[in-house]
Amino acid sequence: MEKSQSEIRIIIVGIAKNPLGFMGLVIVGAIVFSAIFAAWIVPYDPIEMNIRDRMQGPSWSHLLGTDQLGRDTFSRVITGGQVALKVALPAVFGAMAIGLTLGMVAGYGPKWLDNFLMLLFDTIRSFPTVMFALAVVALVGPSLQTVVLVVMATSIPTYGRVARTQTLTLRNSEFILAERSMGASMARILGVHMLPNIIGVLAVLAAMDIPTVIALEAGLSFLGLGVKPPTPSWGALLKDGYALVRQTPWLVIGGGLPIIVATLGFTFLGESLRDVVDPKLRKNQ
Amino acid sequence: MTDVLLEIDNLSVDYETARGDLKALRNISFDVRKAEIVGIVGESGCGKSTLISSILRLIAPNTRFRSGEIRFDGSDLLKATEREMRALRGDEISIVFQDPMQTHNPVLSVGQQMIDIQHRSKAPKGEKREKAAQMLAAVGIPDPEARLDQFPHEFSGGMRQRIAIAMALMSEPNLLIADEPTTALDATLEVQIIERLQELQREMDCAILFISHHLGVIAELCDRVVVMYAGAVVESGDVRKIFHEPKHPYTRRLIECDPGHIKTRARILPTIPGEVPDLANIPDGCIFRDRCNQATERCMAHVPPLESVGEEHMAACWLNHEEVTA
Amino acid sequence: MTLLSVDNLKTSYGPVNVLAGISFDVAPGETYALVGESGSGKTTVIRAIAGLAPAQEGSVKFDGQQIRGIPERSLRPLRKDMAMMFQDPVGSLSPRMTIGKLITEPYKIQGMRDRDLDAEAKRLLEMVNLPAHFANRYPYQLSGGQARRVGVARALALEPKLILADEPTAGLDVSVQGELLNLLNDLRERLGLAMVIITHNLSVVKHVADRMGIMYLGRLVEEGTTETIFESPRHPYTRCLLSANPEPDPDARLERIALKGEPPSLLNRPTGCEFRERCPFSQNICTNTPAWETSDGHGHRCLAPLT
Repeated sequence: MEKSQSEIRIIIVGIAKNPLGFMGLVIVGAIVFSAIFAAWIVPYDPIEMNIRDRMQGPSWSHLLGTDQLGRDTFSRVITGGQVALKVALPAVFGAMAIGLTLGMVAGYGPKWLDNFLMLLFDTIRSFPTVMFALAVVALVGPSLQTVVLVVMATSIPTYGRVARTQTLTLRNSEFILAERSMGASMARILGVHMLPNIIGVLAVLAAMDIPTVIALEAGLSFLGLGVKPPTPSWGALLKDGYALVRQTPWLVIGGGLPIIVATLGFTFLGESLRDVVDPKLRKNQ
Repeated sequence: MTDVLLEIDNLSVDYETARGDLKALRNISFDVRKAEIVGIVGESGCGKSTLISSILRLIAPNTRFRSGEIRFDGSDLLKATEREMRALRGDEISIVFQDPMQTHNPVLSVGQQMIDIQHRSKAPKGEKREKAAQMLAAVGIPDPEARLDQFPHEFSGGMRQRIAIAMALMSEPNLLIADEPTTALDATLEVQIIERLQELQREMDCAILFISHHLGVIAELCDRVVVMYAGAVVESGDVRKIFHEPKHPYTRRLIECDPGHIKTRARILPTIPGEVPDLANIPDGCIFRDRCNQATERCMAHVPPLESVGEEHMAACWLNHEEVTA
Repeated sequence: MTLLSVDNLKTSYGPVNVLAGISFDVAPGETYALVGESGSGKTTVIRAIAGLAPAQEGSVKFDGQQIRGIPERSLRPLRKDMAMMFQDPVGSLSPRMTIGKLITEPYKIQGMRDRDLDAEAKRLLEMVNLPAHFANRYPYQLSGGQARRVGVARALALEPKLILADEPTAGLDVSVQGELLNLLNDLRERLGLAMVIITHNLSVVKHVADRMGIMYLGRLVEEGTTETIFESPRHPYTRCLLSANPEPDPDARLERIALKGEPPSLLNRPTGCEFRERCPFSQNICTNTPAWETSDGHGHRCLAPLT
């Protein structure tokens, strides 16, 4: 346990040393922080209407103004971040865990299983994500869980393929042969020796994937197929703002800016994570 | 005087790192005369690769030239512009690398690559192709005309290294730098390549700077030898002087360690205990002192200069000074 | 008494016959060297012995027990007595494990949970002359020589009877190479280990091997005690290999016997003697296929052997 803690510290210090990585850490940290403590941060109830104060610009009492129903945009943005993470984190980590397992089995297991899993992955990937999402939502109705499920299902193949390629490269490396020569079981080889060498690559992929999922959630909510109103979501904010852009630009900014900032933050984090998880690059420091 | 082609004069090169300056090369001096083969011997960490990249000026961004000059045909390469260096590389100075698997572009035929590197010549394509075939024949590739249309993966490792040599010699360079060109090959192929290199060198009259850790190859191929240890030249001179009367303990011990040197079966082979010192934190005195069994007080405190110890023979060791032996 | 007996072992990958029938025995405590050019099948031999490469035909008997093609489950208990060393000293160590964990890996795999692993790690590091604090380092922090010692420590952890070593001195500096060979020699004598060592460095073979076999295109072409082979090789290929070993002496102009060309493709094996086309001594008779002949423990596969 002590080892993995120091590993995590090395990774975080490594990311923070890179200016972009530092920015990524700060942004992602702020988003996560505001999502966790949203209830204490928001000055107003994000779904409480106040018709008298509708469509205001920024002021001290409403930092980002209000929407057409007089709801505080700042509060809705913060709560929307919470919703975005509630979708993105389980979807991405779920897809990563399942993709990793299937990919490693495909890469290390028998050829027929590999062929079968690859066929499965290719089949899933051949559905256009948005069409697939629309179909599922049409069937079971819009909800947070549906979005999570759809996103997870469509991103499993990506993780699976990467994990499989990594496994195939590693399986013929000398240290795996050495483990086999000592009689290590398949579970031990996969879990103890391959996993730590694959997970870094997937973690990078996941960090870069989170903004895509946030954008997808926003997109689905924009189309009215994501999170049900009045629950605030960045996509829903954007949708309202789009309709009212002639009257006030603040709603579009309130909905669009967080998506841009979150995308940048996670991408910076992912890119600097990529540089840090490679032990060969780390050695040169 | 005028027969000197490459002159490394008091060259010191550092790498800037987070731990401080890594003194990769310190006060390196030696020269390569026209049409001679100079061998550079040294183990890991001796600075061979820094030396090569400094000569070619293909350096990492954290490289700092602290002192010295690299004079090629009289002009200092460290002061040359990037444009001048480009004109020199692959024309007057060519290089053959260690790994024959990675030197060629995998998607172009060997013939195409050999024609491409003649981009400086105005000759028509047919003539260039003919020249390529001649070069392949010269390095001992049978049926060269037909093999020009093949791709690198269709050749064996030994063949690819020959092709690399053919390409390097195509421009008839004055200096060929060979960086461990036979290390990745079997002994039988190694010998073939060395012999071929020797023949070509005689025919083309070019100088060769041959870097290797294989003492046997150096002894067989080279006219003069430079022995490097941890970023410094510890001994240099005529190949016979170096192998028959080494004047530096490191050279002596290195030759003793070569199992090819020991004729009868030995239960215990000689070794040099210890490790190369940390170049970011160089101890005082002689760089070899910690592994030297003859080190004295003086070796602990002062760096021995590289001085003449006989005709065509230099060494950097206090043991060669009369005050010590007297 | 033999510890390892390999008989007519054959391996092919599709149409490529990598091993075309290899036979040799290793006695307990004996060091046997396999030499030959790249592509001669040396590495495949020891991997096939250890069950890491397929072998379609022949037999491998270890301690009297047939082990070719038996399932991993039955092989695992035998692996205690048979350890391997790989070519790349750093690359054969799992990159994200500490040295302490790596060298006690055999105990964990063999289910010896009662051992004090920290104490074992210390003992093993001491045995290969590495300081105890190396247990906390990672493979990428080691030099080639140090990583090689870790490989030796791990191979010796369970006190095996046989070590299969693939180019144990590859990538090491001359001054460190001697240290490793001395260590192996010493441990071998103390622990009574047998070794099969693969190398293309004949100078190394001379100092460590009791007997040696020379491989060409997946076959043995000569076998005998190291002394006999170095003094009076019978097969021209052996003679060529021995002469292609530059000595560190500028005046040593040995009689070099040039080998013509390069090894032929395994897909297109020559008829008759397979070395015929490269042989400087080939005769008309060599179009016939040579059989394996032995006298006094010195065997060769040549129709016109050297005297």
